[in-house]
Order: sequence, then structure tokens, then C-alpha cells
Amino acid sequence: MGEKEFLISNRIILTSLTKITNWARRSSIWPMTFGLACCAIEMMATSASHHDIARFGSEVFRGSPRQSDLMIVAGRVSRKMAPVLRQLYDQMAEPKWVIAMGACASCGGVFKNYAVVQGVDEIVPVDVYVPGCPPRPELLLQGVMKLQQKIDREKLRI
Amino acid sequence: MVNTETERDTMILNVGPQHPSTHGVLRVVLELDGEIVVNSNTVIGYLHTGMEKTIESERYVQAITIVDRMDYLSCFFNEIGYILAVEKLLGIEVPERVKFMRIILCELQRIASHLVWLGTHALELGAMSVMLYTFRERELILELFEMCSGYRMNSGYMRVGGFYLDFPDGFIDRLKNFINVFPSKINEYETLLTKNIIWKERTVGLGVLSAEDAINFGVSGPLLRASGVKWDIRTAHPYSGYELFEFDVPVGTHGDVYDRYLVRMEEMRQSLRIISQAVKNLPSGPVNVVDRPDIILPPKRNAELGMEEMIHHFKIVSAGFPVPEGETYVAVESARGELGFYLVSDGGNKPYRLKVRTPSFANLQALPLMLKGIMISDVIAVIASIDIVLGDVDR
Repeated sequence: MGEKEFLISNRIILTSLTKITNWARRSSIWPMTFGLACCAIEMMATSASHHDIARFGSEVFRGSPRQSDLMIVAGRVSRKMAPVLRQLYDQMAEPKWVIAMGACASCGGVFKNYAVVQGVDEIVPVDVYVPGCPPRPELLLQGVMKLQQKIDREKLRI
Repeated sequence: MVNTETERDTMILNVGPQHPSTHGVLRVVLELDGEIVVNSNTVIGYLHTGMEKTIESERYVQAITIVDRMDYLSCFFNEIGYILAVEKLLGIEVPERVKFMRIILCELQRIASHLVWLGTHALELGAMSVMLYTFRERELILELFEMCSGYRMNSGYMRVGGFYLDFPDGFIDRLKNFINVFPSKINEYETLLTKNIIWKERTVGLGVLSAEDAINFGVSGPLLRASGVKWDIRTAHPYSGYELFEFDVPVGTHGDVYDRYLVRMEEMRQSLRIISQAVKNLPSGPVNVVDRPDIILPPKRNAELGMEEMIHHFKIVSAGFPVPEGETYVAVESARGELGFYLVSDGGNKPYRLKVRTPSFANLQALPLMLKGIMISDVIAVIASIDIVLGDVDR
């Protein structure tokens, strides 16, 4: 970082392109509606009235991977689902981020067996891991905030 | 492609497994003639977790954690079904208080599960605000669960032989508060939907399932009752003391999507009725079978201070307890229908085999029948009305 903003008048500020781009990106991360299991219900609770993810600019859940910036892998990923998940990730447009929500998506959770992928990072790169089984909505919100901090530190990708 | 029966040009359309309205990872392959569904085929297994196999290598207490995550919208039904099966093999009769506590938790869970169903069902038909209302009340229930078990979902609160801990202080007061508040909230949802002309246009006469077809497919729960069959395991084969309660079993007449909506709305009211009876008559006494120290953990304080209790505690936690050889089947009425646990024990400390008869799996089999001949835009409404949970289907 190191860039500073200069307030020239009440209407004009000078800043770097990196900073303004990251600010725009982090303030409206659109997640994909990609619910798999239990965590998906807590993801819905996060977006619903009580916890209200809109406070962090992420209320616009998109059904299509083409329109979304963030894939919240909410739940256990089975071996049958794994190729679908990778295809969806590939279909998302850059820049894109991934949150592994819950123990199952992070490391397989309590299911150490033949059917479950032991951590979604075997398939797609993960930016933020959110622990819990399932994580509380507050925890997912913290995950989104951690991701925002991470985006703030990114170099400009065009 | 050309349909072999009608010799008309049809198109294959794939819905899912990633689709915002398939309640998880269901995949439906539709064969369309224009906008009309000619045939459909459900593809499942995208959430197969291998739970039944995993449970064979877990001790009886550990398996509670696994069964919780099958039907993740109604964890207490999984717990009570599994625990009743183990208790039946062990030959345990739990105290009255335990039965009442279990019923309170199960009926709260039924309301919570129906609230998620109502919110998502309305959301999928375009009425977004209903979800914001239902999740508001669901938080009240989850707070109650969190109070007694420390966890919002998948709580793992029940134990074989009762509970480890009693309801905490203040739980009953909060529950009474919920009982007072909730009826007006149900009326609020009904104001939004029941006489809403758009809602009725989208649901009345849609996805009809006749009583005969429903029985032949092994359908159970609200889906079966909406078709006019009065079958509820809570009244037909009462378990855990349901025979002591007074409640009605709502039944539909047409078996369409709208009837399923009405049945579930009435079920929430009846659940509330059961809870208020249980709170009123909640007996006092122990919360587990005190005469079975081989199954029940000693109080934590004693385990910390006394050597004998410490060893006892360690023994149960590390080695579990043996269950006599035999096999049994126990069915409970979950929010979705008949949830059955077939448990086989070889006399060891782990289940030899646990087969789960899940309601969503059986109910889903009737989907192609319900989808035949309807418009493609109504497919989502029918899927939502079955109220499937893919964790329950695939396990």
C-alpha cells in the first residue's frame, strides 16, 4: 500500500487506481447461491433479516456463476459434486474469491470417509476458511470481512 | 430428440445440481414438449456423505453427531429416532420428564423446519419478503436451542438414556414468551399468502398427487396428509409419550401444492399446541435414567473430584457401552414424514449396521408423477412443495 488520498476540494480526491479499484471490489462482493448442506441454511440466515449481510455489501446472491464474485462453499463436497464445483469455479469471471464455509468444506469435518472431499482446497484455491459445524452467521460475516481486508491488500489485476 | 411415444420433437433440459431453487444439489432432467414437461428424471447422490457406513465405525454416542447432519433442518428428529432405536435394544424406559423435554424440542424443531420451508417456497415463487419474516421467528427458536445445547443447529443435545444436562434457567420463561408471540406471527404469514391471488394462481391445482398414488409411492408426512390420508406416526404409533397430548392431524383434500401449504401452516399451530401442553404439564425429576451408571456419565463435578467417578467417566467416554445383540426398527414423524432407523447390533460398542429410511428420499420418488404434464415454470413450485432436504435424500 502506502498510497495516500489527497482531498483537493469537497468533490475531488486524488488516489491510486489500485486503491479505488479494490475499494469498489470489496464493497460489493456478490456471492453465488451455492448451498450444499447444513452451512447453506446458516448462509441463508446470514442473508436474512436478523443478520443482514447487506451491511457488508454482499446481499446480492446470484444464481449464475457468470455474475458472481464470490463462491461460498457452504457444506460438504461429495466426490460426485467435485467436478461440478470446479466447473462452476471456472465459469466465474475474474476477479473471483472462494470462502470455504464450515469444517466439511475446510477439511472434510467429521466425515473422513470414501464419499467426501477432504477439504475443498483440493479442487479450488481458497481465500478464507471459516471454522464451525456449521459456523454461526456472525462467523461467516467475519469471514466476509477478512476477505475484504484481503482484497484491500491485492495488487491491481486487470 | 424425438419422443418415442408421441413422435413429437422434444427437448432435454437439465436443472441443477447447482440451481438456486432445487433446495440443495438435486438434479432434474426434464424432457420438454414446448413448455410442457413430458417426462422427468431425478438424479441424486450429489450430497452422498457415506453416513451409514461411517456410523459403523463410531461408538453409539458418537453416532449422534453424525445422524444430526442427515436432515440438517430437523436435527432433533434424527436424534430422537436414533436414540429410541438404541434405547429399545438396551431395554431402557426413560423418565417422564425426558419424554416431555424431547417432545418440546421436537415440536420446536418442526416449527423451525416449516419456517425454512415456507420462506424458501415463497422466495422461489417470487414473494421475497416472506423469507425475511420467517427467518426472524426462526432465530427465536434457534436461540432456545442454543440456550440448552450451546449450538444453533445440529445440536447433539439428546443422549441415550435421557439428557446430559437439564434445560437451563430461564429457558421455560423464554419458551413461554415464544408460545405467546408466535400465533400472531403465523397469522402474519397467512395474511401475506393464504388469500393472495398471485399465490393461489401459482399453487392451486398444481402438482396433484392422488391418495392412492401417494400410498403406492411410500410418501409420508405433510405430502401424504395433503392428499387426504390421515396418517401421522405420532397418533398411529405414538412414541415418547405423544399419546398423552391432544392435537389434531390436519388433512388436505386435493393433494395440490396449495393444500400442502395449508397443511403445514396448520401443523405449526398444532405443534405450538403440543408445546404449550408439554410446558404446562412438564414433570420434575431426573433428566436421565439414574439406575444405569453403565450408560450415563456421572455429574461433571464428581468426575473432577472423585477417583472412582473419574475412572467411570473415562470408561464411558473412551470405550462406550455395549448394546445387546439384536435388531430393531423405530420410526418417528419428522417434519418431512416417516423417519425410520433400522439398527442392528452384534453386541459390541458400535452399531453393526444402521439403515435409515428417510422421508425425503421416498417423497422425492413421486416427483416425476407430479411433474408430468405441467408447465416448466411450475416445476420449481412443485419441488419446493415436497420440502426435500438433500442431506436427507443422499445421506
